[in-house]
Amino acid sequence: MNLETLDDALRPALFEYLLRLGDDALILGHRLSEWCGHGPYLEEDIALANLALDCLGHAEALLTLAGEVEGQGRTADDLAFLRDAYDFRNVQLVELPRGDFAFTIVRQFLYATYACLLYKALQQSAFEPLAGIAAKAHKEMQYHLRHSSEWMRCLGDGTEESHRRAQSALDELWMYTGELFEVDDTLRTLTEARIAPDMATLQPKWREQVETVLREATLTVPEDPPYMATGGRHGHHTEHLGHLLAEMQFLQRAYPGAQW
Amino acid sequence: MAEMENGMRLWEVFVQPRTGKPHEHVGSVRATHAEMALQHARDVYARRGPVVSIWVVPTEAIYATKPGDEGPFFDPADNKPYRHPLFYKVPHGVKNI
Repeated sequence: MNLETLDDALRPALFEYLLRLGDDALILGHRLSEWCGHGPYLEEDIALANLALDCLGHAEALLTLAGEVEGQGRTADDLAFLRDAYDFRNVQLVELPRGDFAFTIVRQFLYATYACLLYKALQQSAFEPLAGIAAKAHKEMQYHLRHSSEWMRCLGDGTEESHRRAQSALDELWMYTGELFEVDDTLRTLTEARIAPDMATLQPKWREQVETVLREATLTVPEDPPYMATGGRHGHHTEHLGHLLAEMQFLQRAYPGAQW
Repeated sequence: MAEMENGMRLWEVFVQPRTGKPHEHVGSVRATHAEMALQHARDVYARRGPVVSIWVVPTEAIYATKPGDEGPFFDPADNKPYRHPLFYKVPHGVKNI
């Protein structure tokens, strides 16, 4: 099905789902872009900026589609720059401050593993425009995964300090990974309509792939914490998202409609 | 061994724009090992053009002529026009010669 043949009853859930996908990419892309000019060395600085641009590209495509599905005439820019924190639907994982280089790499690795599985599955989506975006995004996320996996092995199996920093980032981030696979009524509706994949089938694959790289990186898989962070999909965020948005949205808020 | 700080080494990057074309030297990157050098080469040199293949080679693996070698190495080729394939007609439509 496409925009014309989409069942109107599915629109609210699909709009919500596209915001989730688009906001994950937008917020992660913004965090990555914060490294521009601050990378550990020139080549990696360029690499991180490239990853950021990929994510922004996915966000633009997904939020544009979200606006079309919603049918209220909102553009990707409207959705990115004119919503407040409680209207954002990204997981908390992607909004956490960029931390040190190890923190950024571990997050990128955990997310890219998830995104590769998700976008691969979404290529079979019954909603054709989404399947098309997923095909392009999957290619790019495969590179994110290759890049971040290589760094996981370098940092984990590197020096005493790089190992310690990578392990500490992993321990800190682990409680934010549960949210990636949460299922609620929105997702169940779309899974039934064969628009979204069944997350329960993706989670064990994610776990297996993550553990393989962690083993190669001589890092320890954290024990599952008693509490997994949750709420991002329903607009409950950490204190960090508001600060990120203040910076990201400043120009459009201060000078509405500004273009250059 | 041309090792720089933090275990970094210099790698020369060769890029092939199309199948059948030669790999051409485009520049260098710093990296600790080959896989990272390849990824950096991709990010720095393959973002804007068509690329089908990249080689990275440790800079120290290249053995090269020195400026003083110019005379004995290259001058003798100056006055031997018969070594150039200038006396053939190139068929119409043949490119890249």
